[in-house]
Amino acid sequence: MIYWNSFADFLHMGGYGFYVWGSFGVTALIMAVEPILVARNRKTTIARLKRQLRAESRTPTE
Amino acid sequence: MLKIIFAVIGRDLKLAMRRQADIVSALFFFVIVVSLFPLGIGPEPDLLRKLAPGVLWVAALLATMLSLPRLFADDHRDGTLEQLALAPHPLGLVVTGKVIAHWLVSGLPLALIAPVLGVQFDLTGDGLFVLTAAILLGTPALSGIGAIGAALTLGLRGGGVLLSLLVLPLYIPVLIFGAGAVDATVSGLGGEGHLSLLAAMTFASLGFAPWASAAALKIALE
Amino acid sequence: MKDRFNLYRFASPATFYPLAGTLIPYFAAIAVLFGIAGLYLGMLVAPTDFQQGEGYRIIFIHVPASWMSMFIYLVMAFWAAIGLAFNTRLSGMMAQALAPTGALMAFLSLWTGALWGKPMWGTWWVWDARLTSELILLFLYIGYMALTAAIDDPRRADKAGGLLLLVGVVNIPIIYFSVKWWNTLHQGSSVNLTKSSMATTMLYGMLLMAMCFWMYSIAVALMRVRTIMLERERNADWVKAELAGDVQ
Repeated sequence: MIYWNSFADFLHMGGYGFYVWGSFGVTALIMAVEPILVARNRKTTIARLKRQLRAESRTPTE
Repeated sequence: MLKIIFAVIGRDLKLAMRRQADIVSALFFFVIVVSLFPLGIGPEPDLLRKLAPGVLWVAALLATMLSLPRLFADDHRDGTLEQLALAPHPLGLVVTGKVIAHWLVSGLPLALIAPVLGVQFDLTGDGLFVLTAAILLGTPALSGIGAIGAALTLGLRGGGVLLSLLVLPLYIPVLIFGAGAVDATVSGLGGEGHLSLLAAMTFASLGFAPWASAAALKIALE
Repeated sequence: MKDRFNLYRFASPATFYPLAGTLIPYFAAIAVLFGIAGLYLGMLVAPTDFQQGEGYRIIFIHVPASWMSMFIYLVMAFWAAIGLAFNTRLSGMMAQALAPTGALMAFLSLWTGALWGKPMWGTWWVWDARLTSELILLFLYIGYMALTAAIDDPRRADKAGGLLLLVGVVNIPIIYFSVKWWNTLHQGSSVNLTKSSMATTMLYGMLLMAMCFWMYSIAVALMRVRTIMLERERNADWVKAELAGDVQ
């Protein structure tokens, strides 16, 4: 089933290794980093909103 | 309908005449940018003739951009725009008038001075004529599309740079066919096809863009 | 009647927020599954292309990325039209949540296109009609994001961005046509990629990867839209309740 004879062949990509892995590598990197950035942005936003909410709820009682 | 458009054109022209320095600066910007290219590239006539259409058109796009931020900004600042938006006649007609007035003070002068600059680039006869015709036919589309960008960025910080970011990609078809018309004429293929496409784009954008700009203005004024 | 009621219910941020939260893991899991299947078929099983050797395997990400970059712009324009026509709050948020992913897809399409072009055509970049249009599409994404970022009032940002998207959608065919025409004038028919017919395995691999990219985009956009919702609706009761609880 599997087309490649060895792992080295797979990495070599018939001489196109740099181009193929350059494409797949950057794509994988972006698809890994984008969700992380979105998640981090979400965390900081939630933290900021919580702080604001607490500050707001404190003011009227004092 | 025409009465409104003409009234707006007359008013905007009168206002523009009070600030002639702006018109002249945009024109000199055009001249200077175009004159820089031979200095950067070299004086070979063959090369310059080849580059002339593209250089003149790109410079024309940039020169048109210069005056766009002011298209609605002054009226917005003194409240005229809000009055116009509340008036019973459609805002799209008012914008049509403003776009035509903008073209008269920005696009038309470019077309008038373009042949002189074309001579600097060793264009001759037909090439010069088609260059002028193309700029004459294409620049109204630039004013029209630019009005949408000007309306969208009205009152925003960094509006000028943002405006060019929004509008320049939309200018690409005009650039392609405008420069293409001159290219085709110089190489002997005949530029009539390009010129008619340019005219079509101008009419389409003059019909469509003012209404989109009016919608954008209403969003900005809310 | 009931149908319409449901539609409105899900268009409200208070109900959409938890729904999106439950859906994200599913979309992410489906994306991973499609990705594994697509990579297996495309990278391990599919035979080499007789014209392009192994270099053709870039197609398994290049084409899905290009498709998604165009599709996401259309979806954004769809949301923009809905938002402008019915004045719904959710649609503008959806458009804004999709934009960065769409821009990244356009970038990936250009990046992989360059890496494909180098061995096949001998240069990183050719002013091919499709490459050029893709570049302009990236400019349109950047313009949209810059415009919405510059406007402080979210309602105005949604509407102005929406209008820009609609203008962009009207212009895209004109831009594509003019670039294509310009390209045929300036370049012979030396660049032609669509000649080779694809083997079935390759086609399936590509479709699986396209599904993976699609599901990935939905998952990331939903993640992003949830944050935008919290930010925008910070004064609504449901957000306060959400924040008072232990949200992740």
